[in-house]
Amino acid sequence: MSHITIQSITGVDIELRIAGAGSRSYAFVIDWHIRLLLAMAWWIVGTVLSGGFSHWFGSGSKMSGSYVLAALLPALAIYFLYHPVLELVMRGRTPGKRMAGIRIVTRQGDLPGAGALLLRNLFRLIDSLPTFYLVGLATVLFTEHSVRIGDLAAGTLLVIDNATSEKTFARMGGATTDSRLSVQSIDLIHELLERWPELDDPTRNDIARSLLAKVEPDLSAAALAGLSAHELQTRLKALLP
Amino acid sequence: MDESKALQRWLTARAQSWQQLSRTLETFERNRSHSAPQALQAVEIYRSLGRDLSIARRALPSSQMTRGLAERFGRLHAIIHRKPHDWRARLRTLFRDEIPEVVAGMRTAILWVSLLFAVSTLAGWLLVRAFPELITLIASEAMINGVEQGHLWTEGLFNIAPPSLLSVGILTNNIVVSLTAFCLGIFFGLGTLYIIGFNGLMLGAMFAFTARHGMAGELLKFITAHGMVELSVICLAGAAGAMVGESLIRPTYPTRRESFQHATTQASKLLLLCALLLIGCGFIEGYLSPDASFPLLNRFIVGLCYWLLMLSALTGRLFGRRPTASIDPPPPLFRH
Repeated sequence: MSHITIQSITGVDIELRIAGAGSRSYAFVIDWHIRLLLAMAWWIVGTVLSGGFSHWFGSGSKMSGSYVLAALLPALAIYFLYHPVLELVMRGRTPGKRMAGIRIVTRQGDLPGAGALLLRNLFRLIDSLPTFYLVGLATVLFTEHSVRIGDLAAGTLLVIDNATSEKTFARMGGATTDSRLSVQSIDLIHELLERWPELDDPTRNDIARSLLAKVEPDLSAAALAGLSAHELQTRLKALLP
Repeated sequence: MDESKALQRWLTARAQSWQQLSRTLETFERNRSHSAPQALQAVEIYRSLGRDLSIARRALPSSQMTRGLAERFGRLHAIIHRKPHDWRARLRTLFRDEIPEVVAGMRTAILWVSLLFAVSTLAGWLLVRAFPELITLIASEAMINGVEQGHLWTEGLFNIAPPSLLSVGILTNNIVVSLTAFCLGIFFGLGTLYIIGFNGLMLGAMFAFTARHGMAGELLKFITAHGMVELSVICLAGAAGAMVGESLIRPTYPTRRESFQHATTQASKLLLLCALLLIGCGFIEGYLSPDASFPLLNRFIVGLCYWLLMLSALTGRLFGRRPTASIDPPPPLFRH
């Protein structure tokens, strides 16, 4: 995964991991469903309130003003202004981006301004060509920092939002000096236990066994091999301070 | 002391303060006007967090904790380097200084695009006058039939939709056309030139077609009030697109990407003003232009006044820019 490094005045570099086509597409699909559902919900409610589905159009060929103002325009506004408005309000994020764990930053790692966010969204006109965002997807796949044309125009990037929870700090703080394990081992055990449900059985068992072999040298290889997944998990939990 | 023990002591001492970080950063991010003590607090946290991150990277290079610290350090870096937020001052600077400077830097492009529009309008006129059947490529059958029967398509606009909806529809369409003309500049300016040329051809063709049926005066009457600004804005958007195209053909920064980014950022400022002007055009076109009882002279006065207002906005005088300031050479949009 590519990343960019930004120098800070403290001399400590900031490394931002660039979101790839997968994270982008995942976020977009979530956002697209949200805005579509919201727009449709508004359209249905607005249509009912403005006279029901049988009164889409008034007498003659004149379009019903109440239908357009109450149902059509707000629904279109929700659909087309979803990204620019939410990115402005949520400081470079949208619900989809939040779920995908990504956010928009400038090339200097700063929060993007309103101008950059609007410009980025304006170029969706090009990125969405000819259909299904093919131009945008192609530029994401072939550019150095996986950016679409809107990002090139606005000078923005999509980076991985590493939302480590406060619990990580709490548990590391709890790694007291009287623990017989090294901090590195405690960190590894915590990470493995956190990811336990996501990993498949052979992988997590292998990692758990190698960890236990390292921190409990008394355990023989045969004994380790005989431990079930549940027993491995229990033993690892017991090791933590 | 054993290195591992020292590390554990350090972690125990620092972890408490890291647990408060997210909430503090959230507060800093939400609040855009910080007091001096808050700013000092942010800088102090930035320094200490930098130190902690440096130690963590050495001691626990790929741990979750280090990644968490790095993420918070990045967020705080962004907060500290965020530009001051005063939207009133920002808007004032944008309209009074920045947009006029962009316009001044685009004078040549505006001239060329306007010339292209004029030439294509003339070409459209000459083509349809020489080959009247070409109008079928541009106008719909209903429009052609209507004009042949002596009715301009603009006559019944009030019967199709109320003026408010008409205005919203028109201004939305005009804004989309202008934005598209700008964005298509990415195809080395060719997309923009195509849009401008095609719009000119259409205008000339429609005038030639209506003139054949003795209705060019009616069409002119319809477009006089809103057309002056609307057509000017389309040329401005086209010039902005041409600027984007030129930034790719002749990059003025070390890379085409940087050149493109600079050009789009500058040109987009002008587009904001264009969009505002088109909103005014939409309302004139929706409420005033279709009103057959509104005399031509009054339409001309409205159109001219609005065009002069546009001119004063483009030069910044509408927003208090001094006339002498506009004489200064513009910043190097194109550095050769």
